[in-house]
Amino acid sequence: MDRQGNVSLRGVAVAYGPVRVFDRLDLEVAQSEFLVLLGPSGCGKSTLLNAIAGLTEIDDGEIWIGGRNVTWHEPKDRGIAMVFQSYALYPRMNVRANLSFGLRVARTPRAEIERRVRVAAEMLQIGDLLDRRPAELSGGQRQRVAIGRALVRDAGVFLFDEPLSNLDAQLRSELRVEIKRLHQRLGATMIYVTHDQIEALTLADRIAVMKDRTFQQIGTPQEIYLRPVNRFVATFVGSPAMNFVPGRIEGAGAPVFRSASLRLPVPGYKFAHAPADGAPVELGIRPEHIILAPDASDAQEVSVEMSEPMGSDLLAWTRLGDLPLSIRLPAETMLTPGDRLRILLPENRLNLFDATNGARL
Amino acid sequence: MSAAIREPRGRRPWKPTPARLGLYAFLLISALFFLMPLYVMVVTSLKGMPEIRQAHLLNLPAAPSFAAWSKAWFAACTGLSCNGIRVGFINSLRIMVPSVIVSILVGAITGYALSFWRPRGAVLLFGVLIAVAFIPYQVFIYPLVRIFSYLGINNSVPGIVVIHTIFGLPTMTLIFRNHFAALPEELFKAARVDGAGFWRIFGAIMLPMALPIIVVAVILQVTGIWNDFIFGLVFAGRENLPMTVQLNNIVNSTQGEREYNVEMAATLLTATVPLVVYFISGRWFVRGIAAGAVKG
Amino acid sequence: MRIGSRLSTHLALAPALLIALVAYCGAMGWTIWISFTNSRMLPSSVFVGLRQYSSLATNERWLTSVQNIAIFGLLFIAMALVLGFMLAALIDQRVRAESLLRSVFLYPFSMSFIVTGLAWRWLLDPTLGIEKVGHDLGLAWFRFDWLVRPERVIYTLVLAAVWHAAGLVMAIMLAGLRGVDPEIWKAVRVDGIPAWRAYLFIVVPLMRGSFATAVILLAVSVARLYDLSVAMTNGGPGIASEVPAKFVMDHLFERGNVGLATAAATTMLITVAAVLAPLMYWQYRQPARRPL
Repeated sequence: MDRQGNVSLRGVAVAYGPVRVFDRLDLEVAQSEFLVLLGPSGCGKSTLLNAIAGLTEIDDGEIWIGGRNVTWHEPKDRGIAMVFQSYALYPRMNVRANLSFGLRVARTPRAEIERRVRVAAEMLQIGDLLDRRPAELSGGQRQRVAIGRALVRDAGVFLFDEPLSNLDAQLRSELRVEIKRLHQRLGATMIYVTHDQIEALTLADRIAVMKDRTFQQIGTPQEIYLRPVNRFVATFVGSPAMNFVPGRIEGAGAPVFRSASLRLPVPGYKFAHAPADGAPVELGIRPEHIILAPDASDAQEVSVEMSEPMGSDLLAWTRLGDLPLSIRLPAETMLTPGDRLRILLPENRLNLFDATNGARL
Repeated sequence: MSAAIREPRGRRPWKPTPARLGLYAFLLISALFFLMPLYVMVVTSLKGMPEIRQAHLLNLPAAPSFAAWSKAWFAACTGLSCNGIRVGFINSLRIMVPSVIVSILVGAITGYALSFWRPRGAVLLFGVLIAVAFIPYQVFIYPLVRIFSYLGINNSVPGIVVIHTIFGLPTMTLIFRNHFAALPEELFKAARVDGAGFWRIFGAIMLPMALPIIVVAVILQVTGIWNDFIFGLVFAGRENLPMTVQLNNIVNSTQGEREYNVEMAATLLTATVPLVVYFISGRWFVRGIAAGAVKG
Repeated sequence: MRIGSRLSTHLALAPALLIALVAYCGAMGWTIWISFTNSRMLPSSVFVGLRQYSSLATNERWLTSVQNIAIFGLLFIAMALVLGFMLAALIDQRVRAESLLRSVFLYPFSMSFIVTGLAWRWLLDPTLGIEKVGHDLGLAWFRFDWLVRPERVIYTLVLAAVWHAAGLVMAIMLAGLRGVDPEIWKAVRVDGIPAWRAYLFIVVPLMRGSFATAVILLAVSVARLYDLSVAMTNGGPGIASEVPAKFVMDHLFERGNVGLATAAATTMLITVAAVLAPLMYWQYRQPARRPL
């Protein structure tokens, strides 16, 4: 099989009875790309993945995988492999049988089956588990086996449906690295569904953020993180969460952000669309982008309410006037409640959102 | 470009596959197999005897008549008395109502005591109850007849009520115990801390939470006791024979010409109560099966 | 535990305890004891060892009963399991009118064996039943008189019993199927495993518990088989459809041979224990899903 793996959705619509789940979604995933579908539960990301796999019928549009229109193809004929949240291992078969069952059904030559199982087992370090049953494996081992079962299909496209959500934090980060390594080694296209923004940011070449069954933003992790297209993306990605300050934009020539306790000229801000004078906006800035500047003349003064040491750094909960503002500081910073800090909000790190519809300005 | 070779797009066109057709064919034939006896019973009961002898089983009645139903209800004969199956219906009601109440009450209390209080020997007692659920009744019947006649409750309604309580106990205890065992232990502990005792916890906390399982128990016991034959035959006594026993006597003790239409009407009348319970309770009936099926 | 509560617990368990001691253990022990005496109409206390059992072993009626229940048990359990599982698996394929079909398959189980037996007895009536339908349709050669043929009559009981119980198996299996992780089915489709192989190699092994439950329930109803035989054939023609439970009842209450009847009952008890114990062990050797 030629392992071509570009995936393209053209005007895909899914409906359950009279309820439209998706309306005409378009998505292009390039060969060897790692795309993460990120969103809260119920946003439709899993349904979309199932539609790509052919596990959910679509009502309109086309799905192309590897240059073929596979809209009407059975899942097994689409050149895909899939890994599930619950692992979905075949319970009464040992690991070897789990890996090879699909190949045996497809009448793959025995030597080829053995080769592929060996390669997958070696890649995932499950060689010594081959004779065990799923019930005798830990969660992490089970998910390795499930990934192995996908590997032996030798597919051009791998689909992951929240594969790490049932694992504890330690294993999750371990397997995350494993999956990333696998992607680099195989060069296969991967589409990965998760609600965990850390997984998305660490794994993805591109992230598609979803909400209410539509794409909010599709872009590189950096774009998503630094230039969220709306307030939803800004809140959903990044932890601790972005700070928001409601206010207004004034002055057409040299725009100034103004709120009750803050006046901030933003002459260099690259507006996507210029707001009307006096339009209500929200200013967003991430805690890690706020700079301490004790000596700057144009600094703002905030008072510390409390601080949360996070190990690698420290999160200061402060007030700017009566607005809460969180600031990420080096771990060794010593703070006591009531301390006053002078801070700068760098203009190139600011995000301005339309207060009415949340869109980036 | 013709429509036939257009690019695949949207919903896969529906094609009747042989597998799908075979599936529906099998289900349809099965459904006919399951429905046929009921259909035959109904049409037979609506025919007259000449028609039954001439036309065949599956024909619809030429002139449907409820004469057989009325005869079955008011005048069907068992032996020499011809008072109809309504006698058995009344008897079955007189047996069923107290039996259902008493057996569920005893089962609920036993299940509750075994689930939360765990007195010494609880596991053994529970084991005995479960074992009995599998043992043929013939092992117990004769000594029980002797004991009951010694106590003077053989051949009486109280006697048969006690019998239904005895043999309903394993299933009733099991479903209530399983229900209570699935409730959080903290609930029970909190009530204890609040100073509630055995009966107060039962009445004020556990019983209200057991409503769904009580419904299941009622369904199980109503159908089970109504359908009982062997206990009614042995323990109820000639004056109190339940409907199933009377039905069998009507059909199997007939001398001379048999009236199939009356027999089928009487059979349907006997099946009415469980059928009504079944169709009204719907999914609850299945829950009852599931609850009773989880033996242990 | 407070004294009052402890007392109440014992009070609450008194009926169950009394039933267990007297009605279960006492009655069972008494039955076993009688089987070692020469009781006829009334129980006697003359111990005769295994004489009742040896006369049971040569009793033609008993031997027929045992043979019948073996044929009936094997066929009935096998057919009910296969039919019930097939119905469940087919209904699980997202068919139309699912709940209607479920009701149709399960309703016989709500009715008594007496009703079942009488209905099938009428259907299989050799002169006016299905055979006549065949003749009226022009199939003069059509014969279906198994109800009155001694060597075939036991199969008519199987037919009626399968009709009665297949829906029960279907309900149990359907519950089991609905408990299968939906992602397993997705994995099966991605792997391209045909449905029959998925059922045979993945789903059926997963549903061991459902199968064990169904087998146990069916086996219990085999051991108790009495009403159906009474209503459908009353053991006939001749003694061709006698079954053990009926043998015991007849000898207890009609033929006045309590010793022989109790020996037969005890034999039933031992057989049931021998068959069910390994089944139960097989089902529950895994860590129990619910604490006992």
